Amino acid sequence: MGKLKYALFTGCTAKQSTPEQMMSTMAVADKLGIELVELTEASCCGASHLQDYDDFLSLVLNARNIAYAEKHGLTMVTICNTCQLNTAMTKHRLDNNAELKARVNEKLQEVGLVYAGTSKITHFLYAIIDDIGLDKIKEMVTTPLSQFNIAPFYGCHNIRPSELQNETHDTPENPYNPTSLDDLIIACGGVSVDYEEKNKCCGFHAELQSPKVAATLTGNAIAGAMDGNADWMVTPCPLCHLKLDTQTGHASHAIGREVSLPVLHMQQMIGLALGCPPETLGMKHHLTKVDFV
Amino acid sequence: MSTNKITTQKVNFKVFRFNADEDYLPYYEDYSMDVTSEEVVLDILNRIKWDHDGSFSYRRSCRHGICGTCAIKVNGRSTLACKESMTEMIKIFGNELTIEPLSKKRAIKDMIIDKADFWEKHEQVTPFLDAEIDENPTLENLVSPAEANALDEADLCIQCGACHYACPVVEISDAFMGPAAFAAAYRFEADVRDGNESRLTDVNQMGSGVWDCVKCFECAEACPKEINPIEKIGKLHNMLFQSGQADSNIATRHAVGFVKSIKHNGVLDEGGLVLYSELAGIVKHVPVALKMFSKGKIVPPWGITKSDNLDEIQKLVKSSSTAKF
Ligand code: SF4
Ligand code: SF4
Ligand code: SF4
Ligand code: FES
Repeated sequence: MGKLKYALFTGCTAKQSTPEQMMSTMAVADKLGIELVELTEASCCGASHLQDYDDFLSLVLNARNIAYAEKHGLTMVTICNTCQLNTAMTKHRLDNNAELKARVNEKLQEVGLVYAGTSKITHFLYAIIDDIGLDKIKEMVTTPLSQFNIAPFYGCHNIRPSELQNETHDTPENPYNPTSLDDLIIACGGVSVDYEEKNKCCGFHAELQSPKVAATLTGNAIAGAMDGNADWMVTPCPLCHLKLDTQTGHASHAIGREVSLPVLHMQQMIGLALGCPPETLGMKHHLTKVDFV
Repeated sequence: MSTNKITTQKVNFKVFRFNADEDYLPYYEDYSMDVTSEEVVLDILNRIKWDHDGSFSYRRSCRHGICGTCAIKVNGRSTLACKESMTEMIKIFGNELTIEPLSKKRAIKDMIIDKADFWEKHEQVTPFLDAEIDENPTLENLVSPAEANALDEADLCIQCGACHYACPVVEISDAFMGPAAFAAAYRFEADVRDGNESRLTDVNQMGSGVWDCVKCFECAEACPKEINPIEKIGKLHNMLFQSGQADSNIATRHAVGFVKSIKHNGVLDEGGLVLYSELAGIVKHVPVALKMFSKGKIVPPWGITKSDNLDEIQKLVKSSSTAKF
């Protein structure tokens, strides 16, 4: 197997409100011998909101991002569930509708680009599982997380809609009983916590217009993990991370119960298990203190 | 002809039991059965009633996925009992299955729930074709295939409620209309024959409106007719913008704010977006924002790394925009 190489679509969050996610992505890629070519030309994916306003513009901008991955001849790897959904959804729609693809390409032509549909788009979690394999991860673990009960929080946009999601990776995932993140926890030596909210919504996308609903969902998720005896939570999505890590005050208020747990990005968890120095994983950027490192 | 061999395996069922007239609290009854690979979930409900307890209650009528009465939950998953294969359920969840009504808090007797909230919300979107009918037409009223396709299968809804009771916002907030009502609203808004002038505005204003969906895709996953209600909600959002009826609120400014930000930076200015969306409401975010700032989680506008080749993005925003606000 040659060196793994991907085009990295960072999304906006990793560059702004979750800098620790960017740091830990790089640290883990380095450890795993993955080369990441950052798509610095990429725009925002619209985060599932732009298309509510202007669906066609959302398609054009996402197709442009993909076109840059295609230029490199690489699989595009995302590190945000919502980026993954928006980008993969764009690919799916264009690959299955020649007329729409032609309309989008007419626009891209104006800036000298073309969307061909040649690059695969997958979330970093599945790239690791499909291309490196959990057995290999297990072998590489130097600091097993065996003293921790870890609650996986999958995040909607990696598991639903399942038909689309399962087009983007080889390891099948069922949204009602997902296993990828549990398996990753186990590969890192940890104990995975089973709880009802692990595949539920964190509420992020209605946080501004419907703060109470959003905070209740966040609160229920943390409470579920706490009741499952979790020491901390782990998520592949920076948006879920923002909710679970920074909104504990609102969440506690909404459900009438003090809730708070350290929340790690998937990359930080892998990094800890593989022996990356903690300072390269950016835990100091969290609002909820990561007190066990 | 199929030569698939019928297989049998043992499954343990935990079944929700409750009689609102007699029981203070619901309880679960255990049944162990040999299940064949040919059976659907409804067969199991029938066997519980016929072989174990005649008082076990559930709704069903057509047994063909049409009447929409038999939806229940298996291990938390909304399913249409007469259509869902047991093999599939065992494949997903293994041999320990929990059978529950669509909504435990609305249970009347076992699987039977009070679906009044569903019907009330459904009714509010004027779920019928509202048109001036010429009593003595001289020509047939033609609908082109393209016009029919615009419904995007929303007309296949059987009002089973699987999506409605899978929606986390419906669960928390009585004011949210829910995915089925919105899909029904879309079904008639998209119909060329429909002339109703207030439905779209109503949908925007009734209850908590059309913007509170958290985009979890639970409804898309649950729908046995693959109607994809969340996609229809997105289309209602588009219709509101296109018809100029989208009023300026946090949600609409949030959606529009992305274009502003992308035009300026290529990437998002997260802080700027919240500010533009919230206007004066921004004050409630200040305490958390200050903490985030101190942890290096807020990048000021001048610190944002813009996308390379930003001119391309700006050109595309200009040439490809189809909506106005
Ligand atoms: S989902 Fe977030 S982080 Fe991903 S590109 Fe889109 S806005 Fe930016
Ligand atoms: S996507 Fe929206 S409507 Fe559908 S279940 Fe989730 S919150 Fe409800
Ligand atoms: S949209 Fe689908 S799940 Fe919802 S009520 Fe209609 S048929 Fe049932
Ligand atoms: S019995 Fe009619 S839809 Fe299932």
